Amino acid sequence: MKKKTITVNMGPQHPATHGVLRVELEIDGETVVKARPVIGYLHTGIEKTMESKLYYKAIPCTDRMDYLSPMSNNLGYCLAVEKLMGIEVPEKVKWARVLLAELTRIQSHLVWLGTHALDLGAMSMVLYAFREREMVVDIYEACGGQRMMTTYFRIGGLANDLPPEFETLVRKFLKEMPKRLKDYEKLLTLNPIFIQRTKDIAVVSAEDAINWSLSGPMLRGSGVKRDLRKDEPYSGYENFDFDIALGQNGDSYDRYLLRLEEIRQSLRIIQQAIDGMPEGPYRAHVPGVVLPPKEEVLHKMESLIFHYKIITEGFKPPRGSFYQGIEAPKGELGFYISSDGTNKPNRVRVRPPSFINLAALPLMIEGGLVADVICAIGTVDIVLGEVDR
Amino acid sequence: MSLVRSVGMEDKLRQWLQARFADEIVREYIFCDQQSFYIKPEALLSICQAMVADPELDVRYLADITSSDWLGQEEEMGGRFEVIYNFYSLTHKYRFFFRAMLPADQPEIDSLTPLFNSANWMEREAWDLMGISFTGHPDLTRILTPDDMEGHPLRKDFPLTYEVPQFSWNKDDPPEVIR
Repeated sequence: MKKKTITVNMGPQHPATHGVLRVELEIDGETVVKARPVIGYLHTGIEKTMESKLYYKAIPCTDRMDYLSPMSNNLGYCLAVEKLMGIEVPEKVKWARVLLAELTRIQSHLVWLGTHALDLGAMSMVLYAFREREMVVDIYEACGGQRMMTTYFRIGGLANDLPPEFETLVRKFLKEMPKRLKDYEKLLTLNPIFIQRTKDIAVVSAEDAINWSLSGPMLRGSGVKRDLRKDEPYSGYENFDFDIALGQNGDSYDRYLLRLEEIRQSLRIIQQAIDGMPEGPYRAHVPGVVLPPKEEVLHKMESLIFHYKIITEGFKPPRGSFYQGIEAPKGELGFYISSDGTNKPNRVRVRPPSFINLAALPLMIEGGLVADVICAIGTVDIVLGEVDR
Repeated sequence: MSLVRSVGMEDKLRQWLQARFADEIVREYIFCDQQSFYIKPEALLSICQAMVADPELDVRYLADITSSDWLGQEEEMGGRFEVIYNFYSLTHKYRFFFRAMLPADQPEIDSLTPLFNSANWMEREAWDLMGISFTGHPDLTRILTPDDMEGHPLRKDFPLTYEVPQFSWNKDDPPEVIR
C-alpha cells in the first residue's frame, strides 16, 4: 500500500506560534515528515526605513523589532554608530547600559518562560512570570517614561539621567527575584509532565548548532561555549564577573535550565552594576554629534546652535562600514551599518537572532510528533517582529 | 572591542589567503579594527571550501550574509552590489569579512548552502530584498515579502512610498500613492 501523507498548516493564527508564524507540516499520522516555516506576515521594511532616516532618528525603529528586549536593540545600534563616529561614552553610561541590558535579558527570558510553559500546559506559570516582568517594566517606565518601546539609549549616552528612585527599584527587584526563581523551579524543574514534554525534544547537536549558525541559548544549550559578552566584550562587560551557562544534551529541557541560570547570572551582573555605579555625566560631550543637556541649550548660545544642527542635519560618520554584535537575550544581535559619508546610512543590516535560529526549526521537528512542534517553536524563543522586521 | 581575540590571527589569515588564493584577493580593507577581504565573486565557494576544511583556521561559523547597494557610486566601489559574508572563528575568537562586488546588470554569486545550512535563509533574504541571485541555492524564493511582489525593496531605486489612509472624508477618492 502506498504511504499517504497530508499537509497541514500550523498558523499563522495559532496561539502557540507566538505571533504570525506559519509552519507547513507534511504529516504521516502523528509524525512530521517535512516542515517548512513560512514567515513574512509582519514584514514592515524596518531596514529600509532606517536607511531613509538620520542616524539618531533610527533608534525608535530598533525598539520595534524585538519588542520584548528594547534596551538590547537600542544598545546594539547605539554602539555601532558610536564606533563609526569614534565616540567614547562616560563610565556611568556604560554601567547603566549593562544594567539595563541585563534587566532586559531577565524580562525577555521571563516572557519566554511564561509562554513556553503555557504552551506545554502549565497555565499558572505565565501569571507568575508576568508578575515579575512587571517589576522590570516599572523600572523602564521610571527611566524612559515608556514600558515597552523605551528608546532610552541615545547615541553617546542616555536620553536623560537615571531617575532618583532607580536604585530603590533595582534593589527591590534584586531582593525579590531569587525567591521567585525558586518558586519557578518548584513548579517546573521536577514536574514530570514538563520533563516529559521537553526532555529529548527538539535536540540540536553541537555540530549542527554551529553549522546552522545558531546563537544565544540555542547554541549554548548544545554545549558550545560562545557568549559575545565574554568573547567580544562591549560596553564594559569585561569589568563584570559572571559565568556562561552551558547545556549538555541540546534539548528543550536543557535550554530551560540554561535560561534560568542566565537569569541568575544576570542578577549577579545587576548586583555588581548597582553597587559600583560610577558618578558622572549621562551623555558624552561631543559637540555636533551628541545632543547637549537641555539646561545648557536654554542658557548657552553654542549649545543651542549644536542642538539645532543635530536635530535638522544630523552628523556625518566617515565612509566605512562596521558590524557590532551584542549578546541579546535571543542570541547574537548584530548591526551592520555602512556609511557613505552622508548624514544617512547607506545600509543598515540587522542580524536578527530569532530569524536565524528559526531557520533551524525543520531540523528540530522533522521526524518528531506534531505535539512536539509546539515545544520546538517555544524553545527557539522567537519574536516575529524581529524575524520579519 | 577585540580584547580577547587571539593575537596574530589578522596576519595568519592574510598569509593563509596569500599563500593559496593570491590571485583571487582584490584588496584587503581594515576599518575600525575589522578585517575584510574583497574577493573575486567566482572564487568565493572555493575559498570557503578550503577555509572550512582547514582545522587550523577553524572557521565553521557563518554569522551573517548581507548585501548593500551602491547605486551612484559604482566606480569607487567597483560594482553596484556588495555582498558581505561575516565569518567567525570559534577557537580563535576572531571575526572577519569577505566582500564581493557584483555588477548591476547581473548580480550573481555562488551559494554557500553546500557548506553552511544557515546560508539558506540568509541568501533567500538577500535575494528577496536586494535581488542578488545565488547559483546553486536549492530554494531561492521570496521569504519576507509576498510571492507576487515585483522588485527588490532594499535597492536604492525602489521608491519609498506613502499610501494616503482612507477616512470617512476621503473614502470616495481614488487610492493615492505618494512617491
